[in-house]
Amino acid sequence: MITTSPGGDPAGHDPTRRSAAEAEWASSFPVPSDHLTALRHRLARRAEAEGDLDIAYRTVDSPIGPLLLAATDQGLLRVAFAGEGFDDVLQVLADRVSARILAAPSRTDPVARQLDEYFAGRRRAFDVRLDRRLSAGFRAAVQRLLPGIDYGHTVSYAEMAERAGSPRAVRAVGTACATNPLPIVVPCHRVLRADGSLGGYLGGPDSKRYLLALERATAEKGSR
Amino acid sequence: MKPTPRGPLPFDEVVRRHGATVLRVCRAVLGPGADADDAWSETFLAALRAWPAAPAAPAADPAAAVTDRRRRARPGADPDSTPDPGPDPAVADVGRPPVDNVEAWLVRIAHRKAIDVIRARARRPVASAPPSASDVGVAGPDGDPTSDVWPAVARLPDRQRLAVAYHWFGGLPHTETAQLTGSTPAAVRRAAADGLAALRRVLSDDPASSRPPGARS
Repeated sequence: MITTSPGGDPAGHDPTRRSAAEAEWASSFPVPSDHLTALRHRLARRAEAEGDLDIAYRTVDSPIGPLLLAATDQGLLRVAFAGEGFDDVLQVLADRVSARILAAPSRTDPVARQLDEYFAGRRRAFDVRLDRRLSAGFRAAVQRLLPGIDYGHTVSYAEMAERAGSPRAVRAVGTACATNPLPIVVPCHRVLRADGSLGGYLGGPDSKRYLLALERATAEKGSR
Repeated sequence: MKPTPRGPLPFDEVVRRHGATVLRVCRAVLGPGADADDAWSETFLAALRAWPAAPAAPAADPAAAVTDRRRRARPGADPDSTPDPGPDPAVADVGRPPVDNVEAWLVRIAHRKAIDVIRARARRPVASAPPSASDVGVAGPDGDPTSDVWPAVARLPDRQRLAVAYHWFGGLPHTETAQLTGSTPAAVRRAAADGLAALRRVLSDDPASSRPPGARS
């Protein structure tokens, strides 16, 4: 039995629990944020070493804004644009793959390096293991064909449908490109509408335009 | 993409939300040094192991994971005979993560991990050695201008210090703090109030620190 006496606790409420003001008071006991950051890094390293980390993620800067890179031990699982909301993206990964997710950069070091090279015009294709479990069926089949489009080139949704063996599935090809969980690395940006207009892109039309211009410029430079 | 039912938070979000609270609890119980850092790490590692993975996620190295978890499981613990693929020993260790009030669950784990650290400290060859400084490589408490609040917490009598740790810092109700510390709710209530008053006296001499609630008058 809890005995209570009036005025004993600082706030006049259920004295067995803290009020918001009291919780705030606790926050005046400093735990420096850089110390917590160092502890989080150490936790991620240990979790990874002991096989308890299912998804490691990081964010990197790029000319088209911050990108989130997430990987399982099988390979790169997700590349996301800031516009998608990184917290939302991580929640979807928690729901669909595993909630054992920590910020841990080392697992995605290779793809981060290759993205730097790509944006600097020094890389035309990515060489990293991919974990394709976020896609299934026709979408996955279309996405597997995307790296077959050469750097600096584009094809139409209709042509992709032909390549996928379902020439009438133009809309489904559009959906497959729009739901590509590995944009940039799997080049869905190289697929356009038949009239040459951009079509949709997870990272927004400006990003798609940027990537196509980058590849065109680099390809022309290389061919001279 | 189809909206999926909202499941457990990404564990990284759990660390971001509750990391500071758990570190305050660990520091109050163990002092602001390497012991508190170790208890913090063990707390979140144990919580991560109990945190749900979606059923489809293959283990990184199933054989190694099983061996590792057997090693951690208490000898004689009943091996779960159900086909539940969940990490049973991990859950048996800390309990299943609750749907709400994850923080209280973490504070209870921190309590157990702090006890482990205290036991390990007692087994050290030089048991009277002072607590070692933090070794995570950034400015420890010594580098912090308001760090004199932590020595003040460390100077509290044990009962008050633990009541401050679990109630004021950890947010546990008196009944639960009493269970954790082998005390009674009434004694915990008194110790929490006395500890708070003692800290207020120290903090009111220190203009750099924030005032506790109710100290305005």
